Amino acid sequence: MSQDREPLFSSKNMKLLREPLDDSNPITVQVLGICSALAITVKLEPSVVMALSVVFVMGVSNVVVSLLRTKIPPRIRIIVQLTVIASLVILVDEFLAAFAYEVSKQLSVFVGLIITNCIIMGRLEAFALSNKPWPSFLDGIGNAAGYGLILVIVGFVRELFGSGTIWGYQVVPEPAYSAGYVDNGLFILPPMALVTVGIIIWVQRYRNRKLIEEQQS
Amino acid sequence: MKNYTNTYIFTFSAIMVVVVAAVLSVVAMQLQPKQKKNVEINKMQNILLSLNIQASKDSAMPKYNRYIVDSYVINHQGERKEGVDAFSVNLAKEIVKSPENRNLPIFEASREQGEKQYVIPVRGKGLWGPIWGYVALEDDYNTVYGTNFAHDSETPGLGAEIATRQFQKQFIGKTLFNEQGEFVSVDVVKKDAPPDAPHAVDGISGGTITSNGVDKMLKDIIGVYVPYFKKKQKNN
Repeated sequence: MSQDREPLFSSKNMKLLREPLDDSNPITVQVLGICSALAITVKLEPSVVMALSVVFVMGVSNVVVSLLRTKIPPRIRIIVQLTVIASLVILVDEFLAAFAYEVSKQLSVFVGLIITNCIIMGRLEAFALSNKPWPSFLDGIGNAAGYGLILVIVGFVRELFGSGTIWGYQVVPEPAYSAGYVDNGLFILPPMALVTVGIIIWVQRYRNRKLIEEQQS
Repeated sequence: MKNYTNTYIFTFSAIMVVVVAAVLSVVAMQLQPKQKKNVEINKMQNILLSLNIQASKDSAMPKYNRYIVDSYVINHQGERKEGVDAFSVNLAKEIVKSPENRNLPIFEASREQGEKQYVIPVRGKGLWGPIWGYVALEDDYNTVYGTNFAHDSETPGLGAEIATRQFQKQFIGKTLFNEQGEFVSVDVVKKDAPPDAPHAVDGISGGTITSNGVDKMLKDIIGVYVPYFKKKQKNN
């Protein structure tokens, strides 16, 4: 049986990459991975590093699991997935400690907690185990990017209002402080991340009507 | 669905574990020297910061070598201990020992003006995890020259404020001994401390437990150095 080779960037494949950014965003639509979205988004820099780490871990773990998908015995598949994810996360942690020490200090335990990020295992279970490596890779990158996008937005908002800085640089001008402007301490605390995510969901649903559930009468 | 035998499952897991272990250990060993260096540089930066010297990652090593002229370890009676490297003393391990068995590191600094400062590493408990830092004293072994505190996981905006310069600068000029020469440390108090109070600084509102942690840390750790300070003050 001959099979036509699908082009690498066919519309079906691109959809894997694009959908998680909006229509099936892991955080705002599937409501997965909220815990880390609250914890590390106080500042923009750790948010970006976290997003990149998750992109790496998800991309690679999806490919690895997809390559092994015919070899993995179903009875121990969860353990295998966890092992793959955990090893990759430890790699990320080691590299951060060696090359980005400041950031790794800020993220501290949360890098390790990527292992428990529900999005990653969810995508391995739902997609990589039954699809070829290339679509799995795109699916992983796409979902991680969808997750990262929200992290970066939340991190940006929280750092701006909570500390008056962006990426550590002062953006709220000094005269504003002398005129009585005060940074909003609530933005530094986790509840405000939840509120920010809520507002993002609101805006997203306003713009993207098909996300709105049918009204039950 | 294909049926897998137990032998296959065991073999699969065994191979997987060995491969993963090999990869991780190789990476960890390759990166270890670099990670260790990062930690050391960070420690140097923190020691320098307690002397109110800002140092970037690259300038930390040369600046440390220029300003820190000597470092040594003493015991609780104020005698020098030979053969212990002050820089590599791990305070987390020292503070669980009884004071008699502790290694007490001192870093001696000298600025261009020729006067000396003495940096004492401190470590204690905050609300969520350890807090630590460095306290620099002037050469009367009494007046605080500068401080630098850091923490692992204190609440951002509240307890974590101990890591800000505003909090740390309050300590400058405070004294550890009262007029009778008794060790009273510097209290971190809840009520407003008047700026000219010799032995008190403002705590952090909303960060009471962390503030108390700093207070206790200073008393506990510096307290053990007191015999040494007394000896030195007598000689002066």
